[in-house]
Amino acid sequence: MSLLGKSVTQLRKLIEAKELSKSELVDYFKKRIKKYNSSLNAYLTVNEKESEDKTGSLNGIPLAVKDNFCTKGLRTTASSKVLDKFIPPYESTVTQKLKEGGAIILGKTNMDAWAHGSSTETSDYGPTRNPWDVTRSPGGSSGGSSAAVSAYLAPAAIGSETAGSIRQPASWSGVVGLKPTYGRVSRYGVIAMGSSLDCPGPVTLTVEDAALILKLIAGKDPYDATSSPFPVKDYVEGLNENKKMTIGIPDEYFIGVDESVKSRISRCTGILEKMGHMIKKIKLIDPKYAISVYTIVQRAEVSSNLARYDGIRYGNDRTYFGEEAKRRIMLGAYTLSYGYYDAYYKKAQKVRTLIIEDFKKAFKQVDAIIGPTTPMTALKLGEWEKYPFFGEVMDVLNEPAAVAGIPAISVPAGLDKNGLPVGMQIMGNYFCEGTILNLAHQFEKETDFFGVVKKGLENCKD
Amino acid sequence: MANYKPVIGLEIHVELKTKSKMFCQCSANYFGKKPNTNTCPVCLGLPGALPVPNEKAIEWTILIGKALNCTINKISKFDRKHYFYPDLPKGYQISQYDEPIAVNGQINIVGVGFSDPRYKGGNTPPLQKIFRIRRVHLEEDTGKLIHSGNETLIDFNRSGVPLVEIVTEPDFDNSDDVKRFLEELRVIIRYLDVSDADMEKGSMRLEPNISVREIPNSKFQIPNKFQLPKYKVEVKNINSFRYVKQAIEYELERQKEILEKGETPRQETRGFDEKKVATYSQRSKEEAHDYRYFPEPDIPPLTFTQDYISSIIVPELPQQKVERYVMDYQLKFDDAFRLTRDLKIANLFINIINNKEIKKNNIPIKFIANLFINSWLNKLRRLPEKTNERYVDEVVDAYKLRFQIGEAISSDKYDVIIDKVIAANQKVVDEYRKGKENAIMFLVGQVMREMKGKAEAKLIISKIKDKISN
Repeated sequence: MSLLGKSVTQLRKLIEAKELSKSELVDYFKKRIKKYNSSLNAYLTVNEKESEDKTGSLNGIPLAVKDNFCTKGLRTTASSKVLDKFIPPYESTVTQKLKEGGAIILGKTNMDAWAHGSSTETSDYGPTRNPWDVTRSPGGSSGGSSAAVSAYLAPAAIGSETAGSIRQPASWSGVVGLKPTYGRVSRYGVIAMGSSLDCPGPVTLTVEDAALILKLIAGKDPYDATSSPFPVKDYVEGLNENKKMTIGIPDEYFIGVDESVKSRISRCTGILEKMGHMIKKIKLIDPKYAISVYTIVQRAEVSSNLARYDGIRYGNDRTYFGEEAKRRIMLGAYTLSYGYYDAYYKKAQKVRTLIIEDFKKAFKQVDAIIGPTTPMTALKLGEWEKYPFFGEVMDVLNEPAAVAGIPAISVPAGLDKNGLPVGMQIMGNYFCEGTILNLAHQFEKETDFFGVVKKGLENCKD
Repeated sequence: MANYKPVIGLEIHVELKTKSKMFCQCSANYFGKKPNTNTCPVCLGLPGALPVPNEKAIEWTILIGKALNCTINKISKFDRKHYFYPDLPKGYQISQYDEPIAVNGQINIVGVGFSDPRYKGGNTPPLQKIFRIRRVHLEEDTGKLIHSGNETLIDFNRSGVPLVEIVTEPDFDNSDDVKRFLEELRVIIRYLDVSDADMEKGSMRLEPNISVREIPNSKFQIPNKFQLPKYKVEVKNINSFRYVKQAIEYELERQKEILEKGETPRQETRGFDEKKVATYSQRSKEEAHDYRYFPEPDIPPLTFTQDYISSIIVPELPQQKVERYVMDYQLKFDDAFRLTRDLKIANLFINIINNKEIKKNNIPIKFIANLFINSWLNKLRRLPEKTNERYVDEVVDAYKLRFQIGEAISSDKYDVIIDKVIAANQKVVDEYRKGKENAIMFLVGQVMREMKGKAEAKLIISKIKDKISN
């Protein structure tokens, strides 16, 4: 039996039917990691001590976890040499829930150092390579997670997004990436980047897997004061409803977008319309304003969150910070300085409120908003250095949802003229993960994502 | 020559004695624990750890704000205050910046100037002064550095303990008032039962801000009372009220000397050397921090309903107790003041004067108050607690001793008790009648016990003999 490309849901059934043992499954992925990780650099640390006897909705399912989630006893670096030797004495809430649900942590995946970037190239442990073309980036910052799933070095992975860090690499790697509502999933134990923006979420092969994992990791956490008490729905069961929705298409999300990406997205919205959904043109605030807001808020929070790495603890001192982290610390410290706070941070928060209001208004008319996930498909390694604000530009279409804190999912929308995956994102109203998962699932059933996921798996055969 | 007027404001830190720390579940009682055993990912500021605010600490801060007659802000928030120091594990302290929990309060200090020559003591109305409170806010304490030889060690047991900062307006113009204010504040905090406010243990810490205003000696220049000097000197690390007074007095002299030379003292932070009774420079304004405050994104803003604020009840405060003792018990102000400095003692006093036994013996409140003040106050603070009854007995004994009431125990009372003892010990009585003379001593002992030793043996013996010979 070939396991290649089996979804989490399918693997679960095989385990339940005793057609596959948990250890066989782990060994299978370990073997694949051994075979492909040296060329892809998706994993930084492989877990040699994995042993879970818990049973739950992820009974025996091996998963990859981004290296900014603290895992007790398992090295966690956030891809920065500052934390080169850091072995957390505690477990993040997300990995705790995964373990309690029976999941097995295969290892920790590469990322941009401290999640600063959109290509996994700022990692102090070398870039991750895109399984679709190893001369290209898988996107970032959760690039290790998206590459691991795309190359089937894990059936699913956990990533985290501050603005685009799940959706953009999912898009570039041809897989599914879900950023939940801010506060839907606990941040406890996730090495903070932008605290008011960070959202953990799944990277998967199918929408159903994303729903399954979200259900397990979502919910109020007594250890995270910003986590929401809003009830967690059964997102998997919610997939079966065949809801007809009103879908908003904002022109502003197509400005400066690569022509072949644009045409894939129009093709997709055409399909959705044929499926009986109503397509409606809407107006939203130009995403370029979200860039400014996001940049200021995130840099300020970064400068504060990285202050604890002062060289006294964790072994390595501040000289181990990479260039990108240093740039962000300096810019953030500047915007928070006495006399500048009002002009930058406070003003950014005011514009942030306007963006929130804008989305709230839009969701009075539509159930979901659709646009491209990124303006272009996977870039060659090294391209990022040509742009001083590479991440901000690459994530321009992801930033409004991040700044507002609404949920969004990126799904494969076919290939561009170079044969690289294009991502389509579906944004939803606060805590309406069920709605966007449902629409994404309908789209998947209708199109099978144009065979993108399957084609991706051919890059790394057994 | 110009005249000089001191301008002094205070910052007071008080550690709350909540069960757990401000943002995690570690115990807030770190005193005497082995270093770094009272810690967790949150108070160590480990990567990924998040703060969750302690509701009790917030409630108590509101309580302090109300006790200090502040306005409670219905919307408040936490902010991050950034600075690098080894005892601050996150590189920032979670504190409050522009929306503290309580603002604009005041304390009316009665009894200011016990040492003031104008104050005659006794029943004369005491001097009163109002000192304004600028703000009361909540933050977290830092770890502690322990220096030994060339090494410095860090103990994070204290890291994250809830700390309330009380800031006054610069309303003080002499060190006596400062001392009196601080004493009153400490009594209030202890009445609220939210902190030990123990300076030796560091659960109360004081930082005076001191400057001197020049008042031009010219009738053409009217001094503006609201204009503060262009500099201020902050003195840190003072751990007793006496040292605060000394530090202020030293600073006032030092600053006046500089002003007399026509110069302006440097704006700086100074320390206090207890042995030399002098302040010394620690950090000048040029090195002053830019704390880069911004709202703590890990903690949603706090909103308090009026119902919630109203549900936090301020108990009777020492000053109100003083007034009540003067009114209800006709005590002298001085006496009422002394009796109310410690809530436990104040409560004991009330329990005793309301005790049945005390009332039965008609012991005057004044007598009890004097007993407390003259022989008990110092002792009570140190001794282990006894039951109220024990204290009542002591009061009664002291009263009887003082007024020789033992003689005056009525003959009737002797008779009643002796009759009771005889009736209960017929066997012993019979033995005595049969000629065993010593048996009478047992009966005497029993009577003595009944009368708690407050009787005369001779009288008892003669009365017993009378009765059983009949």
